[in-house]
Amino acid sequence: MITLSHVSKYYTEGIPALNDVNIEIEEGEFVFIVGNSGSGKSTFLKLLTKELEPSQGVITVNGINLKKLRRRRIPMYRRNIGMVYQDFRLLKDRNVYENVAFAQRVIEMSPRQIKKDVPLMLSTVGLAAKYKSKPKELSGGEQQRVAIARALINKPKILLADEPTGNLDPDNAWDIMSLLDSINARGTTVVVVTHNMEIVKAMRKRVITLKKGVVIDDTKAGEWNA
Amino acid sequence: MHKLSTYIYTLKQGIVNIGKNKMFSLASVATMAACIFLFGIFYSIVSNFQSIVKDAEEKVAITVFFDEELTEDEIKEIGDRISKRSEVKKMVYISPEQAWEDYKEKYFEGNEALSAGFEEDNPLANSANYQIYLSDVSKQASLVKYIKQQDGVRQINKSDVVANTLSDFNKLLGYISAAIIIILLLVAVFLISNTIMVGINVRKDEIAIMKLIGATDFLVKEPFIIEGVLIGLVGSAIPLGILYLMYGRIITYIMEHFIFLNNIMKFLPANTIFKMLTPISLILGVGIGYVGSKITLRKHLKV
Repeated sequence: MITLSHVSKYYTEGIPALNDVNIEIEEGEFVFIVGNSGSGKSTFLKLLTKELEPSQGVITVNGINLKKLRRRRIPMYRRNIGMVYQDFRLLKDRNVYENVAFAQRVIEMSPRQIKKDVPLMLSTVGLAAKYKSKPKELSGGEQQRVAIARALINKPKILLADEPTGNLDPDNAWDIMSLLDSINARGTTVVVVTHNMEIVKAMRKRVITLKKGVVIDDTKAGEWNA
Repeated sequence: MHKLSTYIYTLKQGIVNIGKNKMFSLASVATMAACIFLFGIFYSIVSNFQSIVKDAEEKVAITVFFDEELTEDEIKEIGDRISKRSEVKKMVYISPEQAWEDYKEKYFEGNEALSAGFEEDNPLANSANYQIYLSDVSKQASLVKYIKQQDGVRQINKSDVVANTLSDFNKLLGYISAAIIIILLLVAVFLISNTIMVGINVRKDEIAIMKLIGATDFLVKEPFIIEGVLIGLVGSAIPLGILYLMYGRIITYIMEHFIFLNNIMKFLPANTIFKMLTPISLILGVGIGYVGSKITLRKHLKV
């Protein structure tokens, strides 16, 4: 599903953000990417969404070689990837329903389909009752649920989460991780970048550890012990 | 091809953009309105002057006299050759008899007895002439040159001063208005471009999310183009309305307070002016809005 082959990324001459990285993630896998600040975790995600180009190496996602992907095809490619961020990135002037519907509107889904899909997705993430609320009226956990609903509404094959629990208290963090786990159980490949070792340890998933842009550890599900 | 719902959505977003960015949008509409207002004023002045110049040009004529020994047929033969020239709009042949009749009417009116002595001997027997009206006064010199080359032409009466002044004044007016209009349009493009740039900054986060979700360039950019076009449209429609209301009143005021102008000037009616001014202004407004937003999007929005 996701393959990085000898991928390096240099922002400035000589200092690699990622250095000769080789990673293969299978369809339906749940993978944690861990590492300290500056280890290259965010660069890894940005390469997958094609916000960045690798300096060297080949990245293949869903059978698409990203180097050969034409600029005008990028929007279509991104529709197969859902993104969730630490700071939620919701539209503050719109309510829960509109935030989720927005993701369908921008890919030109019909209004009828939007009216059908959004309430269903809000039920899935447990926010059906709060569809009229503005982001500022929601807790951090609820805001992240809205962000997850927005990421999933277009049924992507891959969900990338960048520190999804970074701004949440432990209870909410666990709720979000269970939600991501259930999404993975329905077949979506989930890649989570996190600092939260407690969650990583408890979830017993595959863990890839980055340090200064290099993969220093890749542990199979159920085998990881920090 | 996009869905109808997509066009409706981008139109709505364009309107929302204006709402989110009220002060800058208002400033842009006001500047655009000022530009189109000034353009309208210049257009009205230039159109009226051109109409006055055209009226005056139509009254400018060259008179061509012929050698004494030439018969009427020979004169008409030369006349046929001249009439084929592109500079000629209209030619009138004045026979010696007609010339004498006109002369008598002008100078012996009321004293017809005085002219009776000339009955048998037309004093203007050699005054057969052509009065030639030009299609374009600026081409008078080339026509005169051609006529002079014709055998049998004795004399050409013309007014170089009137011809040159009218044609030069017309040109000068054209250059001045073109220069002012170009400057105004550049200012308008700059301001719209600035408004769109502010709009892009206000919606920076939204644009980033749109791009990551998989929105096409069209969907990201179109609301800003619609914003620019709407600003241009509103900014040109408002001054057109004001100008339309003002035009008739100003003409009436000038005619009432500067009565001497009635004899030398005839103003164009509002409908004649606005038949051209309305589409030109609207196209200009929409065009400036479109160009202004396109320039900014190309410069500041990488999708």
